[in-house]
Amino acid sequence: MTTLTARPAPARARPTHRPERPRTRWVPTALLLLGAVYCLAPVVWVAIAATKGPSELFSTFSFWPSFHGGFQYNVSHLLDFRDGVFLKWALNSLLYAGVGSVLSVAVSTLAGYALAKYDFVGRELIFMTILAGVLVPQITLAVPQYLLMSELNLVNSYWSVLLPSIISPYGIYLSRIYAASVVSDDMLEAGRIDGAGEYRLAWKVGLPPMIPGMVTLLLLQFVAIWNNFLLPYIMISDDSRFPMTVGLFTMLNQGASQPALYSLVVMGVFLSVLPLIALFLFLQRYWRLDLVSGGVKG
Amino acid sequence: MVAAAAVRRRRPRRRGGPTPYVLLAPAIVLLVLFLLVPIGYTVWLSLRASRVTGGGLGIRKEMFVGLENYTSVLTDSAYVDGLLRMLLYGLIVVPSMLGLALLFALLLDTPRVRFGAFSRIGIFLPYAVPGVIASLLWGFLYLPNVSPIRDAFEAVGLPAPDFLAAGSVLFSVANVGVWGGVGFNMIVLFTALRGVPGEMYDAARIDGANEVQIALRVKVPLIMPAIIMTGIFAMISTLQVYTEPATLQPLTDTVSQTWVPLMTIYRDAFVNADIHSAAAASVVLALGTLVVSVAVLTLLQRRAFGRDR
Repeated sequence: MTTLTARPAPARARPTHRPERPRTRWVPTALLLLGAVYCLAPVVWVAIAATKGPSELFSTFSFWPSFHGGFQYNVSHLLDFRDGVFLKWALNSLLYAGVGSVLSVAVSTLAGYALAKYDFVGRELIFMTILAGVLVPQITLAVPQYLLMSELNLVNSYWSVLLPSIISPYGIYLSRIYAASVVSDDMLEAGRIDGAGEYRLAWKVGLPPMIPGMVTLLLLQFVAIWNNFLLPYIMISDDSRFPMTVGLFTMLNQGASQPALYSLVVMGVFLSVLPLIALFLFLQRYWRLDLVSGGVKG
Repeated sequence: MVAAAAVRRRRPRRRGGPTPYVLLAPAIVLLVLFLLVPIGYTVWLSLRASRVTGGGLGIRKEMFVGLENYTSVLTDSAYVDGLLRMLLYGLIVVPSMLGLALLFALLLDTPRVRFGAFSRIGIFLPYAVPGVIASLLWGFLYLPNVSPIRDAFEAVGLPAPDFLAAGSVLFSVANVGVWGGVGFNMIVLFTALRGVPGEMYDAARIDGANEVQIALRVKVPLIMPAIIMTGIFAMISTLQVYTEPATLQPLTDTVSQTWVPLMTIYRDAFVNADIHSAAAASVVLALGTLVVSVAVLTLLQRRAFGRDR
C-alpha cells in the first residue's frame, strides 16, 4: 500500500507516470477556454448592451457598459411596455414550462414503467408508435394540431400549448430504458408473493429508484417547453398569453419600425436568460445525463 | 451468466391484468390525440384541395385531388430550394457541432487540464438560452449598426465583414445552431466518457500511447453509441430548423419567407391560408426525416450496437 503516501488521488484514479508535481496541459486548457469565450461572449455582450439606452445602443462601442441611466431606463420602460405585458410573458413561460414538464414527467414515467415491467398484448405496437413519434419532427405536427385545436375551440387558450407539450415520445422512451435498469424485478416479485397490489408496488417499489431519472427528465422537458417557439406562436394570438419567446419575437418585429424598442428587446433578452442560467447552475448536480448518452443499459 | 439468463427466461414477466393499460392510458390518449390523429389528418388534408366549381357561379368546394398537391409542392422551386438549403445547413451544422462537442468532451476528459469546470459550464450555458433568444442575440451581433465584431474589425482597420450578406447568411444562421447545440452534446459525450472505467486506458498508457492516441483510438470507439445517438438527434433537429432563420428574417432581406421548408409550410398555412399545400409539404418533410433517420440508424446500428445483440 505504498500508494497511500502519494499525492491525494484525482477524482478518477488513474496511474500517473511522473511522480513530480503534475504540469498543466496548456494546449487543451487554452482550447477549452476559447470554446468558453465563444459560448459566453454573446451573453456577456447582452449584459453590457442592456446598460445602454436607445440612443447609445447604436452609437457607443459595444463591449463597454454605459452608466448614463440606460439600465434603469430599459428596465422601467420594459416593465411599463403595454401595461407590464413583459412580466405576464415571464409568468406564462413559467406556467407552460412548469406545469407542462411536471405533467409530462408523470405521464412518461407511468408509461415507461408499464412498458418496462409488464408483458401485455400490444406492448410492441405501442412502443413502435412511440419510437416513430421520436423520429417525426414535432414541428410538422404543429399545423394539424392547430386545426385540431380549432375544432375543439381551444385555440388561443393555455391548453392549446400545454396539452401537446405533455406528450413526449422521447421522454417515454428514456423512462422505459431507465425503469428497466433501476427497478428491481426481484423486489417486485417478492412484493407480489407478499400479496401487495400492483399499484401499491408501482408506488412503493417502482417509483423511488426512478426519481433521479425523473428529475433529469423534468429538466430536459422544462427547457424544451421554455424554449419552444413555434407551437405557442401558432396557437396563441392574444399577447397576454404569449410565453417570453413569442413575446420578444413580436417585440423585435415591431422594432423594425420603431428602433427605440431595440434597447428594450435587449433588456428583455437579458432578463429572460438569467432565470434559466440560475436554474442550471443550481440544478446541474442533479443531472443524470448518462440516461441520454446511453450509459444506462436497458 | 448462462444460468442467470436461463432463470430469467423461465420466469415470465408479469402480465398484471389491466394494470399496464391503466398506467399507459394517459400516454396513449395523448399520443392518439396529438400524434396519430394529426398525422392522419395531415395526410387526409394533403389529398384534398379547395377548387372553384359550378362554372359562372364560382362556388368554392373542397374536393379530393389525389397527389396533385404533392406534385405542385415538389415542383415548387421555392420549396425545393428550401429543402436543398436545409440539407446544406445540416451538412454545416451537424459535423461542426458534433466535432466541437466531441473535441471539448475529450479535452475535458484529459488529465491535468485547468479551469475545466469553468469551461464546461461556460460551453454548456447556451443550452439554457432559447433558440429565439439565441437568434436575437446573434442577430444583434450581426447587425451592421450594433455589431461589436464589426466595431472590432474597424478598430484594427480591416474591412468589416457583412454577416447578413447573401453569401454569408447561411453560415451565420448555422453558427447560431452550432452555438446553441454544442454544450448539450458536449455534456452528453463527456458523461459517456466518465462512465468508462479508467483501467480501460491503462494498457494503452503502458504501451506508451500519448493522450491524443488514447483519445482517438480508445475513447472515441468506446463512446461510439453515444456519438451516434447525439448525431441522430442533431440530424432530426436540423431537419426541423425554423426558429433561427425566422427570427433573423426581420433583420435582413437575405432570408426569404421560404428560406427553409418549415417557413414555407408556415406561410402556406397561416399567411396564404392554403392548408392543403402546407399539409402536403409537411408530409414530404416528415417522410424525408423518417427515411433519413431510419436509413442512418440501420446503417449504423450493427456497427454501434452490434455488441449488445
